[in-house]
Amino acid sequence: MSGYTSDPRIRWTEWLPWLAALAFFFTLPEYLSLGARILIYILFALSLDLILGYAGIITLGHSAFFGLGAYTAGVLSAKYGLTDPFLQLLAAAASAALLGLATGAVILRTKALTLLMLTLAITSILLEVANKATWLTGGADGLSGVTMAPILGLFKFDLFGKTAFIYCLIALFIGWLFVRRLIYSPFGAMLTGIRENTVRMHAVGAPVYWRLVLVYTISATMAGIAGALLTQVNQFVGLNVLGLEPSGDLLVMLILGGVGRLYGAFVGPVVYLVAQDYLAKQYPEYWYFGIGVLLIVVVLFARGGILGLVDRWLAFLRPRSSARASAR
Amino acid sequence: MASVLETQKLCKSFGALTVAENIDFRLEPGARHALIGPNGAGKTTFVNMLTGRIAPSSGRILLGGEDITKAHQAARVRRGLGRTFQVTTLFRSLPVLDNVALAIAERHGVAVRMWKPASKHSAIADEAMQLLATLGLADDARTPVHDLPYGRQRLVEIAIALGLKPKVLLLDEPAAGVPSQDSGRILEVLGTLPGGIAILIIEHDMDLVFRFAQRITVLVQGQVLVEGTPEQIAADRRVRAVYLGEATHA
Repeated sequence: MSGYTSDPRIRWTEWLPWLAALAFFFTLPEYLSLGARILIYILFALSLDLILGYAGIITLGHSAFFGLGAYTAGVLSAKYGLTDPFLQLLAAAASAALLGLATGAVILRTKALTLLMLTLAITSILLEVANKATWLTGGADGLSGVTMAPILGLFKFDLFGKTAFIYCLIALFIGWLFVRRLIYSPFGAMLTGIRENTVRMHAVGAPVYWRLVLVYTISATMAGIAGALLTQVNQFVGLNVLGLEPSGDLLVMLILGGVGRLYGAFVGPVVYLVAQDYLAKQYPEYWYFGIGVLLIVVVLFARGGILGLVDRWLAFLRPRSSARASAR
Repeated sequence: MASVLETQKLCKSFGALTVAENIDFRLEPGARHALIGPNGAGKTTFVNMLTGRIAPSSGRILLGGEDITKAHQAARVRRGLGRTFQVTTLFRSLPVLDNVALAIAERHGVAVRMWKPASKHSAIADEAMQLLATLGLADDARTPVHDLPYGRQRLVEIAIALGLKPKVLLLDEPAAGVPSQDSGRILEVLGTLPGGIAILIIEHDMDLVFRFAQRITVLVQGQVLVEGTPEQIAADRRVRAVYLGEATHA
């Protein structure tokens, strides 16, 4: 938990995801492309957790920024020959930030269902634009011909996805450090305040609306970067980065992992995408059914997601250290 | 002396229903002023207009001589208008210390700092801790608010408002819902509030009002019926007729 009473030092358990990622890199080379996708979705989920889990902004339109970032990187490479990975990331971040600021300034005056519908409308509009503007985006066929210059002029994107995996891992690590800083800062504590009680936040003199626009823009920027990473790793952009479906998938991932606890954004995409990969191979026609069952089980029996369940097990196993656990 | 808070011909109507009619009200520096009136007299509406939650239909509100009639709620707070809520309005799952620290951070302008951890902003946490100590809440600093008994939650409500270092403090029924054995504690805390803060208290508990207030304004049907010292109010026949006579706990 963030706030004025919490210890901001990194605990040893927080290094586990990174050790796991490195172990994965060395032991499962044939799954590196799946691994890179998982890392990208973790970054995307982190950006959602920041606004949903901490600030309490409910959205079904976060794919708008992911998709815009993906298409920005793709179009720059395929149509304008800009192949430097970092410049693409920068451009994707900037365009997603602008969209976040512009749409956030309009829709964040609303809340609850109205807000949910408006976020959905925005990503649906973008999906339709991407579908119709075939000269720019390739429409339903997708945008191919995306090429990437070597990173820093040194590391080429190889066939086996080794470079891509490490590249995404570093991007995620920076994103994680940033979000972690943010939620332990006074800004993060303030966001929790807005989520907990907006009326009270107004009454202590906080310009709540502007704060929401600010965090929404930050989150949109991160989502845009995640989208650009997906384009760079796949060297292709399809319409499936926009609209309800990727937003909904992302929301399911975060709920599976646990909302508002930072590491839920790590656990959720891993479970979801691994399950999807497995189920799609075993039961190509019914894999969504498996995902649905998984979600129902988690929502019914593990409130707070998988990490919420882990918390309760730990509390059960170590009743005497419950004081320490609750001070977390 | 100039009033710290003043309303001039403040009116509010919802359609045909008038809930505030030409309210002229002045709060002097350091005042201990109570606003009383029967249910539906328009007390809450009046407070909501003062804090900016609802806009008046006409009239003016001055804070420290400045017109704040159109100012946003948060802007009024930054100019020194603090409030507590009739129904506890707290950050329920956060520790008591954080509840107060969030208010103090806003006042110090550190609430949007994004890099240094909140717990390393020790000036904020220290000030919050001191404030909690003066209210007898130091032992609860790390307890989530929802684990506190209701009487203590009411104190947290006051602590948050004090964290804003207000010039004017509006206390909306600070003892509402508190068991009678604990309301003494709240009165005790109210007695220790810094003398420089002008306080307007809205309260049903007549015992508390007459012990705390130096001036009382009686609101009936959206209008000021009478204003005076507690003795004058207690002796006023009109007040007894419309208000005290009807109230069971008078």
